[in-house]
Amino acid sequence: MLTDLTIAAARDGLRARAFSAVDLTMAHLHAIEALNPRLNAFITVSHAKAVEQARAADAALAAGDVRPLTGIPLAIKDLFCTEGVRTTAASKILGPFVPPYESTVTANLLRDGAVFLGKANMDEFAMGSSNMTSSYGPVENPWKRKQDASAVLVPGGSSGGSAAAVAARLAMGATGTDTGGSIRQPASFCGLVGMKPTYGRCSRWGAVAFASSLDHPGPFARTVRDSAILLGSMAGHDPKDATSANLAVPNFEAACARGVKGLRIGVPREYRSDGMPAEIDALWQQGIDWLRAAGAEVVDVSLPHTKYGLATYYIVAPAEASSNLARYDGVRFGLRQNGEDLRDLYERSRAEGFGAEVRRRVLIGTYVLSAGYYDAYYLRAQKIRALILKDFTDAFAQVDALLTPTAPSAAFAQGENMDDPIQMYLNDLFTVPANLAGVPASSVPAGLDANGLPLGLQVIGKPFDEETVFAVSAAIEQAAGFDALPSIRAGA
Amino acid sequence: MSLDPATIRRIASLARIRVEEDEVEPLCQELNGILGWIEQLNEVDVSGVQPLSGAANMAMALRADAVTDGGYPDKVLSNAPERIGDFYVVPKVVE
Repeated sequence: MLTDLTIAAARDGLRARAFSAVDLTMAHLHAIEALNPRLNAFITVSHAKAVEQARAADAALAAGDVRPLTGIPLAIKDLFCTEGVRTTAASKILGPFVPPYESTVTANLLRDGAVFLGKANMDEFAMGSSNMTSSYGPVENPWKRKQDASAVLVPGGSSGGSAAAVAARLAMGATGTDTGGSIRQPASFCGLVGMKPTYGRCSRWGAVAFASSLDHPGPFARTVRDSAILLGSMAGHDPKDATSANLAVPNFEAACARGVKGLRIGVPREYRSDGMPAEIDALWQQGIDWLRAAGAEVVDVSLPHTKYGLATYYIVAPAEASSNLARYDGVRFGLRQNGEDLRDLYERSRAEGFGAEVRRRVLIGTYVLSAGYYDAYYLRAQKIRALILKDFTDAFAQVDALLTPTAPSAAFAQGENMDDPIQMYLNDLFTVPANLAGVPASSVPAGLDANGLPLGLQVIGKPFDEETVFAVSAAIEQAAGFDALPSIRAGA
Repeated sequence: MSLDPATIRRIASLARIRVEEDEVEPLCQELNGILGWIEQLNEVDVSGVQPLSGAANMAMALRADAVTDGGYPDKVLSNAPERIGDFYVVPKVVE
């Protein structure tokens, strides 16, 4: 089936004219038609535009204009502004918003010939770890528990729609954003490769802002090589983002084949928490053994402030969110609720437009930035953030990359972890430190739990050394030979 | 530090989010739960540590102080919930 191909294989097939870009896009649009009513992975399907882009790809191929992604159909997280295509960030407050411009990351993908199938569901403003906070309904994980196939599992979040779409073969790859684990945790839950590059590697311009110092755009794909191909197109310097790094984009795809011989891989002892399920601990040990067998040297390292990462994150991220989300005023764009006066209009528009989790975080952020509390909360959190970065800097003086589990559990059922916000926040325990430090990190599918659900391992690298992250990820992928498939997928 | 209903009303007002009276008490409990959990940060010795606002380890780039974009009011206003000509419409703010 065309929908089962990797991006690398589809690229070869298109170039050899074994099938057309329109064939490939239609196969995915049919899969979306069949499965999206159930999975709810897409908020918006841009059918006509996708066909038009696929036709243009066929014309380009015929003319010999072959680019890295010509004719490859992708899902775009509904956080990236797409010119003329509604962009909601899964919030009611952006329900009517049609961007008059294209985000830099999506513009880069279009420049390289990609086809956009539509806009993927997500947690509202990327605030969540289960896709349950979307104003457009939850997303179903295409994977099922062996013993309890009727349970509807979450795909993780916040990029849950992107992950479900790629896992179910509704798209060959997808964009996501990762502020505290929003690419890596859903990748782990859905058996995919997810890559959060270094802060500054992908432009944030035109991506709806959640927490600007923590937001990282990155790709989802079914193989390490595919994720490297996607990142190669998404990345690059952008003068429109003041934090975009002015560095050349390396050949990430080539780095996948480097191997790990001679690399020093750190295993941070603080990630070994008491409550960790035995299966995840065993898989981690398996990953260590695989890398050692492939020629890497494994070293115990310490990241002493790891346990404070999550609490630090829940000050810094809400603080930045409360500032970023101040723009939703009911006046310039988005939802408006009229009131008695201007202030009442603001308050009613924002009360009506924001969901419970977004409201919670904006209020926390407002509090920790308010007069009298700024030093006790925000300034202290920024200092601990500096200590967390120093942990990584010290560790990377000894090792080339770190290996940890991605998430403390496999996918859970819709409705679980909903009673207590902190329970949900704990999903990001292992992923948040890399956002605070800005270092690149991937999640690679490495095995299944007793329920037959995928589990990922996380590879963390030095700043701007995504190449080593890809090399280590590819070695794990090769050793794991992960070939399990979700039960809900195109053609199944 | 713990939030009381008056503080919830104050921060909701600072955040310009209308909170109904029956939502104040549940919000108080939720936010206090989160802030209580965050208190663990008080264990960390941060003396002499410089705060870190972001991970981008770079100097801010400078550019010429020149207008390089704009001149398309229709695009800018295309998502306005209410407009008249090239203006956004808001409730009357001056008596």
